[in-house]
Amino acid sequence: MKENIVFCKGGGCTAKLGAGVLHKVLEKIPKKADPNLLIGYDSSDDAAVYKVQEDLAIVQTLDFFPPMVDDPYTFGQIAAANALSDIYAMGGNVISALNIVCFPESYDMNILGEILLGGAKKVQEAGGVLAGGHSINDVDVKYGLSVTGTIHPDKIYPNNGGKPGDKLILTKPLGVGIINCAKRVNQASEAAVEKAIQSMTTLNKYAADIMKKYRVHACTDVTGFSFLGHLSEMVDEDKSAHILSSRIPYISEARAYAEEFLLTAAAQRNRNFFGDGVKFEIEDFAMEEILFDPQTSGGLLIAVDASDADALWKELCQLEVKGDIVGEFVDKLPKKIVVSE
Amino acid sequence: MSKIITVDAIGDTCPIPVIKTKKALEAMTGAGSVQIHVDNEIAVQNLSKMAKQKQISCSSEKIEEKHFVVTMKVEESSITENGKAADEETSCIPDSRNNSIVVISSAVMGEGNDELGKVLMKGFIYGLSQLEQLPKTILFYNGGATLTTTGSDSLEDLKSMEAQGVEILTCGTCLNYYGLSDKLEVGDVTNMYVIVEKMSEAAKIIKP
Repeated sequence: MKENIVFCKGGGCTAKLGAGVLHKVLEKIPKKADPNLLIGYDSSDDAAVYKVQEDLAIVQTLDFFPPMVDDPYTFGQIAAANALSDIYAMGGNVISALNIVCFPESYDMNILGEILLGGAKKVQEAGGVLAGGHSINDVDVKYGLSVTGTIHPDKIYPNNGGKPGDKLILTKPLGVGIINCAKRVNQASEAAVEKAIQSMTTLNKYAADIMKKYRVHACTDVTGFSFLGHLSEMVDEDKSAHILSSRIPYISEARAYAEEFLLTAAAQRNRNFFGDGVKFEIEDFAMEEILFDPQTSGGLLIAVDASDADALWKELCQLEVKGDIVGEFVDKLPKKIVVSE
Repeated sequence: MSKIITVDAIGDTCPIPVIKTKKALEAMTGAGSVQIHVDNEIAVQNLSKMAKQKQISCSSEKIEEKHFVVTMKVEESSITENGKAADEETSCIPDSRNNSIVVISSAVMGEGNDELGKVLMKGFIYGLSQLEQLPKTILFYNGGATLTTTGSDSLEDLKSMEAQGVEILTCGTCLNYYGLSDKLEVGDVTNMYVIVEKMSEAAKIIKP
């Protein structure tokens, strides 16, 4: 049990490199044009999509991070749910996964066993097969998956496929970053941590299975760059997003902790990078923090045809972890995103 | 005389600089200022956000690479006004909160089996860290010095309390005696003069 105590150093998606620095580096990497690469990293999408034949493309993604919870088995589940999510956000099906492991040799190997068990459980739940992996002796624990999925090339949900008039649906509550942060300094209640864990370990598979029945134009999953960051990536030249803060689902304790200023560095980095594109018509500090809060294994953010929105929403309500219809795309405004009451 | 409290948050990751600053602001009884030293700009921004919400005037300055100083000026009036909701609760708590001291003079808790005593001590320190109202100071001397140094099972709990403003002091003579002088992992070194002073001023002394 001793190792468990040093296990959690504040990880999850708060450990992501800031969008600002990342952008600068990626700009300088030469890109090879390939007509079969349907989605690559220039569109800030969730996963890469490569067409292998007319009716079949593969979806590839990779995600790993340091622990944000003390229990290794739970951490394994969260890391896997988070990595698998990118496949669902594209509209794909999971077929196989490989483990990515960094683990200190001096630690108790049973801990690693627990992590891998948690991960394997989620891959199995996703209907995929765990096909191997790679491990490195490192000073800190990190775990995740490289996941491969399949998709029909005509049925990809790109980030920026939404249209003005589309309704925006978020499928999980926000605030897990703030709760993890509060927990790190022993100021989170058990109930709050439990709610965050339930949300983080829930696969986006179930929401994705439902959304495929409706006219969905765009989809992404909300992770380290926060709700507003990922929404920014869905907005382009011909539309803006209008968000109703009163409809934003969040874990209730997150508001209290934000009011206590339990603020992460990652949320502030998100604010620095994406804040210029956002107009707040509300006076609500805690809500702003929740909207910039980095999520670990967050929900799907779906742009759906307005006439399908209520039906999709009703069906999503049957799931255990609940979100809401949080706004809509509108014709282009001076700012990318407007947040009102 | 206006008072200046210095908060050293160099090397601390968010939200710890903010938490330390909050403690310092709460400890302010009259007008004065809090100077917070941090090593990154994000921490400066998070501190500024808090100051803005608390309506405290705040400025920051970059001293050199990886060294910023944020200054928050607290006026007499802003304490009473802003203190209403959040701070009144804490100010209603009797002094014992701020002035209770934990004295740990051994690596083990209780007499009898040392192996059991060690487990009990670890549990005791964990329990302390979970208290709603943390002690003001924890003093470590004699065998207690092994708990604040490399190899201790309680470092995480102690660091978390330190991050929340608890003063952690270990007797320097004891560190020397046990050859642990360069192995202190949490808190500061102290001497007998300070130990005597802290104990005589304490409203309550807790000794496991």
